[in-house]
Amino acid sequence: MTDLFSKFDPLIQQRENLLATGVRDPFSLVMDEVKSPTVAVCNGRETILLGTYNYMGMTFDPDVIAAGKKAFDEFGAGTTGSRVLNGTFRDHRDVEEALKEFYAMDHAMVFSTGYQANLGIISTIAGKGDFIILDIDSHASIYDGCKMGDAEVVAFRHNDVEALEKRLKRLPPEAGKLVVLEGVYSMLGDVAPLKEMIRVSKEAGAMVLVDEAHSMGFIGEHGRGVAEEQGVIDDVDFIIGTFSKSVGTVGGFCVSNHPKFEVMRLVCRPYVFTAALPPSVMASSATSIRKLMHGSNKRAHLWENSKTLHKGLRDLGFKLGTETPQSAIIAVIMPDLERGAMMWATLLENGLYVNLARPPATPAGMTLLRCSLCAEHTAEQVSDILKRFEIAGRATGIIS
Amino acid sequence: MTDRQTVFDKVAELIGPFNKKGADLSDATTFQHDLEWDSLTVMDFVAAVEDEFDIIITMNMQAEIETVGQLVDAVIKLGS
Repeated sequence: MTDLFSKFDPLIQQRENLLATGVRDPFSLVMDEVKSPTVAVCNGRETILLGTYNYMGMTFDPDVIAAGKKAFDEFGAGTTGSRVLNGTFRDHRDVEEALKEFYAMDHAMVFSTGYQANLGIISTIAGKGDFIILDIDSHASIYDGCKMGDAEVVAFRHNDVEALEKRLKRLPPEAGKLVVLEGVYSMLGDVAPLKEMIRVSKEAGAMVLVDEAHSMGFIGEHGRGVAEEQGVIDDVDFIIGTFSKSVGTVGGFCVSNHPKFEVMRLVCRPYVFTAALPPSVMASSATSIRKLMHGSNKRAHLWENSKTLHKGLRDLGFKLGTETPQSAIIAVIMPDLERGAMMWATLLENGLYVNLARPPATPAGMTLLRCSLCAEHTAEQVSDILKRFEIAGRATGIIS
Repeated sequence: MTDRQTVFDKVAELIGPFNKKGADLSDATTFQHDLEWDSLTVMDFVAAVEDEFDIIITMNMQAEIETVGQLVDAVIKLGS
């Protein structure tokens, strides 16, 4: 018998080698208590959270929790069914209304996760004979959406407008084309030149999908994302987003002005063949989305935090993923996985949690300590964070 | 009809900067095992080939191409 697991041997070996150096396993952290959007208890120690996607700190918002509790009481724990059968409750409709209000768009469709939103929309709208043109650094859910569909897939160099334009021009003019972009790329926290990319895409007759998962709520005048910020949201055909970041719950969505968009509910398999989210999650999400529409003070504070952390880390001598703070993600580049894991563990021992990110999730084979800020981080916490980075950086020899 | 040898020579020239091991190139040379390229190198190389011949090699096609010879044949087919 061939052991089907033998293909994973190199990964198992790499993990064993890493743990043999004595570091704590970076991929099996447990939060025993969560005290607020920015503080949890891990391994018995109070820890500042700097590696969540809780950008707007909505997880503990009293209105968000109250709405969820009420729906829990009134509608029960779960839906036990598909959106197209018995799984659409009042609050599923309401959260779609909230999304339409938030984005000022005609249609909104909620999926069980953001991953499924990309998987479903991309695999369904780009079919046999069509082309998907995507940034090489696209999220796994975008690649998996491509793999699930029957379209031809063309990749171009990260954020390279000219590479995109050249490839679009080489494709048959009459073929259906979907350009897939992200507003903020989550590994380095860099922003895409959407204005130029959408212009060349439209000139080539392509439809455009933008994943704004990491920008919702705090980029753009109304928090609609990078496309809004760059003044091109009206040219975007489909925006994909998630509730598991700024909204603070779980779920994914697509909003669109396409007149035939509603047909998606019938043909999109990752929408049809899965259970709808629990009503409590929907009620919490709808409340959160409507609160995010009025979150400009929180937004301003989040940007302050991002700027302070970026400058502070740079001044300490860390190598960062972007020259300037472009989003709520600040990626600290580590020399290799071993030292990255050591630094990660030392930070945790000092009461600071960040994300350790490594290939294949990261571009160019990099190991990153990814910091994501929250609007609820106080100025004092940010200053604490910098102190802990300094201590851990010197202890591991990553800064001198 | 493009001369196959001309295309092979051009492809070999494009492989040059990425051929860190200095492996000998023939139709049977494989990208993964003989040249030991990772996915990032493949991406850069594919972009160079696409721009040189003004073609598109989709990711679906790339999955089928394992050797230099297969790439040369694909380039000729796509360019014709």
